[in-house]
Amino acid sequence: MLPDRQISANVSADPRNTWVRIRGLSFDRGGYRIFDRIDIDIEYGRVTAVLGPSGSGKTTLLKLISGQLTPGAGCIEVGGRVVHDMSRSGLFALRRSMGMLFQSGALLSDLDVFENVAFPLREHTALPEALVRQLVLLRLESVGLRSARRLLPSELSGGMARRVALARALVLDPEMILFDEPFTGQDPISMGVLVKLIRSVNQALGITGVVVSHDVRETLSIADYVYVIGEGRVIGQGTPQEIEQSDSPWIRQFVQGHPDGPVPFHYPGPSIADDLFGDGG
Amino acid sequence: MLDSIAGLGRFALRFVERLGRSQLFGLELLRALGAGLARPRLMVEQMYSIGVMSSLITVVAGLFVGMVLGLQGYYTLSDFGAEDSLGQLVALSLVRELGPVVTALLFAGRAGSALTAEIGLMKATEQLSALEMMAVDPLRRVLAPRLIAGFLSMPLLAALFSMTGVGGGYFVAVGLVGIDPGSFWSQMQSGVDFHDDILNGVLKSVVFGAVVTWISLFEGYDCIPTSEGVSRATTRTVVHSSLAVLGVDFVLTALMFGE
Repeated sequence: MLPDRQISANVSADPRNTWVRIRGLSFDRGGYRIFDRIDIDIEYGRVTAVLGPSGSGKTTLLKLISGQLTPGAGCIEVGGRVVHDMSRSGLFALRRSMGMLFQSGALLSDLDVFENVAFPLREHTALPEALVRQLVLLRLESVGLRSARRLLPSELSGGMARRVALARALVLDPEMILFDEPFTGQDPISMGVLVKLIRSVNQALGITGVVVSHDVRETLSIADYVYVIGEGRVIGQGTPQEIEQSDSPWIRQFVQGHPDGPVPFHYPGPSIADDLFGDGG
Repeated sequence: MLDSIAGLGRFALRFVERLGRSQLFGLELLRALGAGLARPRLMVEQMYSIGVMSSLITVVAGLFVGMVLGLQGYYTLSDFGAEDSLGQLVALSLVRELGPVVTALLFAGRAGSALTAEIGLMKATEQLSALEMMAVDPLRRVLAPRLIAGFLSMPLLAALFSMTGVGGGYFVAVGLVGIDPGSFWSQMQSGVDFHDDILNGVLKSVVFGAVVTWISLFEGYDCIPTSEGVSRATTRTVVHSSLAVLGVDFVLTALMFGE
């Protein structure tokens, strides 16, 4: 168990360039190997996308980066610090500089939009109410929902809930935001709004973005660098143009959405002739 | 045969593992209590949804239980010409046993199941993970105020239950069967001891409140985060809480009222 973690931990990280450095990461769950010795670098101030089919462990990767899960082997550094060696209070300090946008928005259902966005401020600061109000209204304005501040989460559409969650993630001025499947299940207009917001968060505020998604077109349009993962490995990496022009059959199948290829249409098993004319089973 | 033995072994292992997890959860929760006490507003909000919202069912149930006690007590006591002791019988039955126990069973069904469903849904909709990601400890912010509210609300609800039960008993005794109101109250006053009966009843209800709330919160926090998982956890809360209340009641009664 010694080698992976210790060798990687000694790799010097320049937090200004590589904000998240993943080396030799392996992770198992329920007897399955989700990641098998993968290496990923996430550059500071840029949008890095992790693309992969459903079940390839994209959300798990975000949970590993944010210290909600512990890797089986390997090392994850954020800002030069090894995440899985941190105490709980250290992790909490790290997470104050890190926002996460959950797939469902994960807004607190008993608080309205305003209070949801104000929540991190009320928990972590003792700012006067007038200042809290200004900060919250400015963040809500930036996601176009200032006038929806008295609505409850149950009254919001999926896209609006994600925009409120983005405002909440931004309110403590984080260094990095992790986006978990931000485009899934959105209509074209909401999708366009989210693409614009993620891009502007990165460009206007300089916040490092990590987007995990299987929506290829939208993700490639906002990413500076892309990793494609599947079968527990990094299948390919490069700029969006390099990924689009990749000659790897696996990446071509994924990017172009072919139903059959290296990822077969049929679930692995005996041939249909064996099933139809064999002994049964 | 071997399969059934293996199945039994797996069941036992799962049971012990869950029991261990619930104990560790209880310890973590106790550690978070200070933070819960430091946020009285959150506690009061929870006392409203856990306690105040359970008061109607408690009052109605107390009234009927008191009326039934009055009737049954009258039928038995009148065989011995001791109808005047009905006030004492109703009050002792309520403050020693039925108040704390029936209230705890109602509390498990009304507030306990709601707590499990609420926490389970917060887990299923990633609200608990979102709190963790905002560097807010869900045990301190969400669970601790609910635990405190649970064991503060239970004795108050049990007192409400006993009070309305006595009212129901009085209605039957004086209004229906014609017992003298003076002897109803005076027998009650002389037969019920503040320390031995009332305080012990209050102590029971505090323990029941803590047990039911702990089980409810654990089931919600530990559930599988799907709609099926939450519904199973809610059922387990009611079953486990009810059994735990009855079991703990036996132990407490033996300790309190034994020679």
